Amino acid sequence: MLKEYRTIAEVSGPLLLVEQVDRVKFDELVEVELAGGELRRGRVLEASEGRALVQLFEGTTGLDVQEARVRFLGKVIELGVSTEMLGRVFDGFGRPIDGGPPVIPEVRLDVNGNPLNPTARAYPSEFIQTGISAIDCMNPLVRGQKLPIFSGAGLPHPQMAAQIARQAKVRGAQEAFAVVFAAMGITFEEADYFISDFRRTGAVERAVLFVNLADDPVIERLATPRMALTTAEYLAFEKGMHVLVILTDMTNYCEALREVSAARKEVPGRRGYPGYMYTDLALVYERAGRIRGKPGSITQMPILTMPEDDKTHPIPDLTGYITEGQVILSRELHNRGIYPPINVSQSLSRLKDKGIGPEKTREDHADVLNQLSAAYDRGKEARELAVVLGEAALTAVDREFLKFADAFEQRFVRQGETEDRSIETTLDIGWELMAALPRSELKRVSDKHLQKYLPGAQRAAGA
Amino acid sequence: MKGRVVKVAGPLVVAEDIPGARMYDVVRVGERGLIGEIIELRGRRASIQVYEETSGLGPGEVVISTGRPLSVELGPGLMSSIYDGIQRPLDVIAAMAGEYVTRGIELPGLDRERRWEFVPAVEPGQTVKAGDLLGTVEETPLVEHRVLVPPDVPEGTVEEVRAGAATVEQTVAVLKTPTGRREVAMLQRWPVRRPRPVGRKLPPVVPLTTGQRVIDTFFPIAKGGTACIPGPFGSGKTVVQHQLSKWADADIIVFIGCGERGNEMTDVLLEFPELKDPRSGRPLMERTVLVANTSNMPVAAREASIYTGITIAEYYRDMGYDVALMADSTSRWAEALREISGRLEEMPGEEGYPAYLGSRAAEFYERSGRVVCLGSSAREGSLSIVGAVSPPGGDLSEPVTQATLRIVKVFWGLDDRLAQRKHFPAINWLLSYSLYTSRLDPYYAEQAGPDFPENRTRAMAIMQEEAELEEIVRLVGVDALSPRQRLTLETAKSIREDFLYQSAFHEVDTYCSMAKQHRLLRLILAFHDQALRALEAGAPLEALLELPVREKIARARYTPEEELERLDALAAEVATQVGQARART
Repeated sequence: MLKEYRTIAEVSGPLLLVEQVDRVKFDELVEVELAGGELRRGRVLEASEGRALVQLFEGTTGLDVQEARVRFLGKVIELGVSTEMLGRVFDGFGRPIDGGPPVIPEVRLDVNGNPLNPTARAYPSEFIQTGISAIDCMNPLVRGQKLPIFSGAGLPHPQMAAQIARQAKVRGAQEAFAVVFAAMGITFEEADYFISDFRRTGAVERAVLFVNLADDPVIERLATPRMALTTAEYLAFEKGMHVLVILTDMTNYCEALREVSAARKEVPGRRGYPGYMYTDLALVYERAGRIRGKPGSITQMPILTMPEDDKTHPIPDLTGYITEGQVILSRELHNRGIYPPINVSQSLSRLKDKGIGPEKTREDHADVLNQLSAAYDRGKEARELAVVLGEAALTAVDREFLKFADAFEQRFVRQGETEDRSIETTLDIGWELMAALPRSELKRVSDKHLQKYLPGAQRAAGA
Repeated sequence: MKGRVVKVAGPLVVAEDIPGARMYDVVRVGERGLIGEIIELRGRRASIQVYEETSGLGPGEVVISTGRPLSVELGPGLMSSIYDGIQRPLDVIAAMAGEYVTRGIELPGLDRERRWEFVPAVEPGQTVKAGDLLGTVEETPLVEHRVLVPPDVPEGTVEEVRAGAATVEQTVAVLKTPTGRREVAMLQRWPVRRPRPVGRKLPPVVPLTTGQRVIDTFFPIAKGGTACIPGPFGSGKTVVQHQLSKWADADIIVFIGCGERGNEMTDVLLEFPELKDPRSGRPLMERTVLVANTSNMPVAAREASIYTGITIAEYYRDMGYDVALMADSTSRWAEALREISGRLEEMPGEEGYPAYLGSRAAEFYERSGRVVCLGSSAREGSLSIVGAVSPPGGDLSEPVTQATLRIVKVFWGLDDRLAQRKHFPAINWLLSYSLYTSRLDPYYAEQAGPDFPENRTRAMAIMQEEAELEEIVRLVGVDALSPRQRLTLETAKSIREDFLYQSAFHEVDTYCSMAKQHRLLRLILAFHDQALRALEAGAPLEALLELPVREKIARARYTPEEELERLDALAAEVATQVGQARART
């Protein structure tokens, strides 16, 4: 029989101080029974002799210091996982909320996971086709990568995430694929958009959803990504599936982290976020990758909204230091009606070199990527110059590049929400756009590829 | 007699009544025997930073002091290893415990079974003192491991040496010293937080050649020097560090992945055994030691990892090698320091970092240097440190960058605007500096060419002028410039694109010798000078800019190292073509 304590000495924000406790372990799971019988869960943040500091995931509202009973469960937070979780919806703490029966776990796992040994990792190198040109060609995603989307308030990141979840595939492979979706503090509407989109397209059958809404307990958000990643690790490394994990919105997660830190009166780092936020985020993001000799993989796509579209804010900043690149959305493109509004110049996929080329995508991929990005940058420079000096002041070549930049945004970046472009289609569009530039300006593509892929090049050579 | 845990808060554990507790001694905490280090003593209480995850640990569990400070094992077998922050071999852990790093694993840093062929260098009766060579072992085909008299042994005579195969723990020599007989094995231990003693320090006068043009020519680092690379994410810090590990002309490389990405360490692990050492053609891994504490591994071990790395580096320096140490990234080390400090409830300095951040960073970087090693042979060794810094938001005014800049002599400022324009390495030439240039110039003048220092100064002046001219262009357009100024812009562009830009992924371009660097820069400047004279003689700028030789200059950086005479031929071509253009006017 577990000991029960009715010795709560202090309640502050999401934290409880319980006194006269015996043998409490750090990080232990705690159950608090309220006067009405309601159960709330928490974890031990600090275990001292006779005292324990407990963080409650469901908050302390309505908690009665005299009546509430605290039990220490003698284990860390665990999640019972099973392949039956596919197709189900859970709350942020892993309890079913879709009206279905409880999941019978095949195994119970510590949600904190363990750090993956770097010597056991396999380097990510398989191209994932998302069907979105600005990602596939310019910032390709590979299996086992963690590539966040840096968005801003009001930008269409939910649509993009849903589109990626629907379309993502590894070419030529018929392997088990799953999506684990964790929502943290997003609105009902946004969550509903995802769930109904998954249902409508049938994607839900291969998806596991963890949903913590904006009005759900704030601190529960700290558990949500861990629940999702524990599930993902099970599916990937025990069941050999390729798992795409979408975490949205990491900004809300970090806010919850700050709330706990403030309640503990810790010394704050930048902008009031705790000094250990980097470590904490790394514990989430690093749970992506591949393991040598195992078939499965975890690819992460965290989404965060940059406060004031500021990339240097601690949340995007620390994220960028951990993840392998970032896809940045641009308000300017969005305002011009371009979907997906991906800022190609600022986005980056660090693993791109490993994922592209012959056999993976197409031999000309690297050339097209380099040439398009160089030409687009030059076009944007010309555009800036035209704003200052007027278009008439541009040289003829610069005007060509300016036209190219416009066409690039309209034809290459822009595409439909349900438009699933193959990498060949994407690269071909790239070549069509390049064909409008003077041939002498195409310095970044090899002659061989130019001959083979540039529209009109073969005829010109034959003539 | 055992101590007892009274409080657990993340990586910090407070314990009471540990018998014989001393500052920085290693303790074993709890039933699992987690490894920790005492970092504060107050009355009966000791604060311990624990190098492993502490969940499940509670008050009342036992704490035992090992009575020894945190130490590393030194001896043959270090090369090609990959260690975690407290020198546990990660490959052995993987073989033992599977894909995840689980807790409570205790493993020696060096293989106890493996036998090494010890070749004595002394004979019985010979007098030796600390630092003297006792014998050698072929550690890898690239590294001759020199077994030295440990620094704490007083002068004495050799009583016995044992040639032949031995494990690291077996005695290879017996010394007779005033304090008694002393058996010496190849295995030595050294506390990580204490610098290893040297004979004396020397001023740095020899460059650490890296094969990276922007570094070697413009912002060189000396052997035994210190450099830092701060830059926002995505600006290419890691690629620069990898390039340096691959190409720097050091004998030994120690690479510390401190709180960085797991996949990046995997990349190093997979790539280094494939890469060939440019001088010997052997795998690079044979002269490399990796210390990997990725961002998801316990935070306290991250704090220790840079000390583990530098102690190993010092050990090889003491053998008389040129050692280069890369730490990526020291910001994560500082953050670990901050986290522990916060949990100790110390009074914070700037941005929550402890007030001693600056002094700790200084202590670390001061362990670099070119030295005369201990011992009677006056061997020279050097230890150079290159530390990456990850300033939040790319803001260089933050405490870690500032604390680092106060100590290091070379600053390679990475610029994400350059990175966005795909200019790599994205080292901003106007922002960066090296305080070694004047000390190294005599060496360069002798090795590369007498005009080398002057060329660099001139090229730098052109880059400076470009920045000023660009201001004008932005305001009033390029037409407002004189032909001379426009030529300067073109030359600056050429320096940027044909010299400073260097592709890490191009077979030839990835490494550039000093001789080639010198020729390339001289070529660009020669064109500039001759074009300038032609311009003054009335030749139109357009004609000069359209000369076919310019295309060749742009491709000159792809010239293989064996065919450098082609660059001299190109210089002659510049003279002819510019001369012809001038004659046409």
